[in-house]
Amino acid sequence: MSIIGTTPRLDDLAVGAVVAEASFPLIRDSLVRYAGASGDFNPIHYRDDVAVSVGLPGVLAHGMLTMGLAVQPVVDWVGDPGRIVDYQVRFTRPVLVDPAGGAVVTVVAKVGAIDAEAGVARIDLTVTFNEATVLGKAQARVSLAAAPRTDA
Amino acid sequence: MSVNPELQGRVFPPVAPYLVGREKVREFSRAVFATNPINHDPEAARAAGYADVVAPPTFAVVVQEATLAQLLAEPDAGIDFSRVVHGDQRFSFSRPIVAGDELTATLTVASVKSLGGHSMVTAESRVVDASGAHVVTATSTLVVRGDE
Repeated sequence: MSIIGTTPRLDDLAVGAVVAEASFPLIRDSLVRYAGASGDFNPIHYRDDVAVSVGLPGVLAHGMLTMGLAVQPVVDWVGDPGRIVDYQVRFTRPVLVDPAGGAVVTVVAKVGAIDAEAGVARIDLTVTFNEATVLGKAQARVSLAAAPRTDA
Repeated sequence: MSVNPELQGRVFPPVAPYLVGREKVREFSRAVFATNPINHDPEAARAAGYADVVAPPTFAVVVQEATLAQLLAEPDAGIDFSRVVHGDQRFSFSRPIVAGDELTATLTVASVKSLGGHSMVTAESRVVDASGAHVVTATSTLVVRGDE
């Protein structure tokens, strides 16, 4: 139904295959933008003095920003944000955003499992910053059924 | 102060309905690097079968937030916000969130566990639309660090 490209077919997928990769450069402005959009104004995400006062090395990206951007390569691959039927992560390491140099978060999305009966693929995300993973058990379940659920 | 184990199973009153605005969806989409036209352009969204622009999956946290605030403010909960770390997050959808939706969220404390001096509180916020139909369940596990 989508006019935005062609929906991947479940039959064409193989467990372990990489379906999407992307890098996201974050700067302090990105964190301020996310704070405003989400309503999460915890100052550890934009004030170094506050971050340091609670024992952090500096300003961190919101965990929910990292979670939010990490699924976007999957959305681009599947062509429709409404096809993400389940998405979970564990927050394992913070993303430290340097005031001058920012930070780069890298996402690799692989097929983790295929449920042919449900028409759902589980896509496993490897999300890294400074060559360490920052999200654990990051999994998006994607519906690849013939038509998206348009009961909205 | 430690987390009150009797919180487990507690159901909070529904929070005030959240009306999903088109510009809010676009603003949130830009913030999470969502560039799909279905997130931004009502015509692209309608062509794909939706009533209006579709929110990115993690937009559900904006609707969930008021329920977590309820939990943290509960007088007998024993949750010291300065010791809270976000451990896990999950969203399970019956359908995506679309601009124009009027959403109501209700939080249930699914579990309270003790682990090596810390407490793990799992909160499930069930989000329904104006007709009462399920849209998404947002589940957060909060780790509350014990006294050092």
